[in-house]
Amino acid sequence: MVSLLNKAFQDAKNEKRPALLTYIVAGDNTKMKSLEILKSISNYADICELGFPHNTPIADGGQIQTSAYRAIKNGIKINDVFSIVKEFKKSKKTKPIILMGYYNMIFQYNENKFLDKCKKIKVDGLIVVDLPYPENKKFAARCKKKRINFIQLVSPTTSSLRLKKIIKDSHDMIYYISMLSTTGGKLKVSPKKILEKYSKIKNHNKSKNVVIGFGITEKSIKSLKKADGLVVGSAICKEISNSIKKRQNPVTNVTNIVKRLKNKIK
Amino acid sequence: MKLKRGIALIDQHDQHGFWGGKFGGSFIPETLKKPVEDLTNKFKKLRNDKKFLKKRDFYFKNYIGTPTSFVKLDNLTNHLEGAQIWTKVVSEANGGAHKIYNATVHALICKEMGKKYIVGDTGAGYAGKMLSMAAKKFGLKCKIFMGAKDIKRQKPNCDAMRKNGAEIVPVHSGSQTLVDAVSECMRYWVSNCENTHMCVGSTVGPNIFVKICGWSTAQISRELKVQLKSEFKKIPKKIKLINCVGGGSSAYGFWSEFIDYDKKQIELIGVEAGGPKKSKLHAAPLSRNAKIGVLHGAASYLCQNSEGQINDTESISAGLDYPGVSPIHCFLKDTKRARYTYATDEDALNAYVMVTKYENLNPSLEPSHAFAEAIRIAPKLSKDTVIIVNSCGDAKKDRDILKERLGKR
Ligand SMILES: Cc1ncc(COP(=O)(O)O)c(C=O)c1O
Repeated sequence: MVSLLNKAFQDAKNEKRPALLTYIVAGDNTKMKSLEILKSISNYADICELGFPHNTPIADGGQIQTSAYRAIKNGIKINDVFSIVKEFKKSKKTKPIILMGYYNMIFQYNENKFLDKCKKIKVDGLIVVDLPYPENKKFAARCKKKRINFIQLVSPTTSSLRLKKIIKDSHDMIYYISMLSTTGGKLKVSPKKILEKYSKIKNHNKSKNVVIGFGITEKSIKSLKKADGLVVGSAICKEISNSIKKRQNPVTNVTNIVKRLKNKIK
Repeated sequence: MKLKRGIALIDQHDQHGFWGGKFGGSFIPETLKKPVEDLTNKFKKLRNDKKFLKKRDFYFKNYIGTPTSFVKLDNLTNHLEGAQIWTKVVSEANGGAHKIYNATVHALICKEMGKKYIVGDTGAGYAGKMLSMAAKKFGLKCKIFMGAKDIKRQKPNCDAMRKNGAEIVPVHSGSQTLVDAVSECMRYWVSNCENTHMCVGSTVGPNIFVKICGWSTAQISRELKVQLKSEFKKIPKKIKLINCVGGGSSAYGFWSEFIDYDKKQIELIGVEAGGPKKSKLHAAPLSRNAKIGVLHGAASYLCQNSEGQINDTESISAGLDYPGVSPIHCFLKDTKRARYTYATDEDALNAYVMVTKYENLNPSLEPSHAFAEAIRIAPKLSKDTVIIVNSCGDAKKDRDILKERLGKR
């Protein structure tokens, strides 16, 4: 059976464009609002990433930190994150959803229980920021058994030897971190350089869907169109912050951004 | 779970970096895998490199100043009428605390790696001050990450950092203390690891940082062992080594040579920050039986809630105000080699008052936690028991807090 993730990439490919992946933090700024945002942007996004917020996010920059702190302050709990997914999947059965977060929360919930829950509510993939290869081997295998995609990350510092091993151990999708940065940094590497490394990864195994993330905004998205998929996170989180500040509806504003992003890669 | 004899504790981890199969590790973002691996390989080489060791010993002796003195506190001993109380005055080291050992070694490694920039975290400001000193000494550009709350309460050390030419980056997120400083420092390293070396200020963080720090502070117990033998002819029969524990770098350094001894002969006692007596908050994951969790790249006992969010901590001592603790101390706890307890803010202040009343010694609020435990147990112990407290920091930095809490003295 083809996974929803693979299918989303295939559909985008058929339209000769990269898949658009969006990232928001569950519970930002409330449980209800984030569900609304998620539903609304999924009309344009091909794959939705949903962060389960942690209060010590060592790999996130200011924008996503702000979203995470806001969500936690508003009382979001891991079970709320699960219920957002469950609710979302009721109306958006075929839209793939990826949960993303830090390992301690999975560890405290219990790895097996966490994965059982993910399977039950039909989570399609998992990104665990601070569980790198090869430490993630066991966990990734457990995911596979439950038909949940464990998404391996690759960065500009990943050596060729390591890259080979990671790709070999990856599932349907690989996430290439565009530059040395936390999330939300300015794109400090030229698109050409990023795409060079991207091609290198792609050439190892063409059947894997490789997405690029970190530093992608409305300005830069078009220049990376060649990729299988492009992830936008901080730019969206920032829009939620701005909307709240201006007392505007984040659902409308965020949806508009995602719409524009999509138009740029069509 | 078992300790091995004849192998330094810092080397008793498995291939994934775990002590006792579950403490430590390297829970890091992919981007840091390469720099951490490079550092690991470099350190492995350097610690066996005679030239490097000579260099280390040269700077330990001529720059840090070794050995720091080992003295008996006669007045305090007489006052408490129990065990003998001794102290190793590690605060005599250049800069006023043990943090200079780790900072110096990191600066030397940074040079060896050909990097020109060095960054570090700090709570009490000592780790930052020492790194700024070492950076200046070895011609490195230095950035220190420090919680905004700590910048306020440890001003003297901040002044020193600036004087040494380091940039202090204030961290306003979270509780604005050490935990946030470490997070922000790691974020900075993710973005700048190509030309920048990171120093973690204690025996915490990804496996390699625990090792480098412990390797550096171990100098303290190497000195103490020699001093004990020269003072007592041989190692006494009943010793208690008492040390405060924040991240655990001074405690490990104070204990490392003595871990192989029977605990009936040499008891190791770690004292964590119990926080204000009336507060629910504390920074004592070991002695208050916190659950194991992952913070800053390592698994350790950790002040956290049931969801895995890191708890706020509270302590009068900025240096101990940290929700996690070194994996090697978790290992020492679970193997029952060391015993961990805590002292409250009030206990530490009382101990500070008593020590400074009877002795010509000015321990900072961190070692005052250790003195609190020494003062508590000494009266119940025999006169041939030798209590040794690591006086690992000088109270100059605590000037404002002491004035506020104790008034003019
Ligand atoms: C004087 C002093 N003692 C103790 C500590 C706690 O750290 P550790 O447990 O690593 O020695 C600090 C930390 O800043 C310190 O400055």
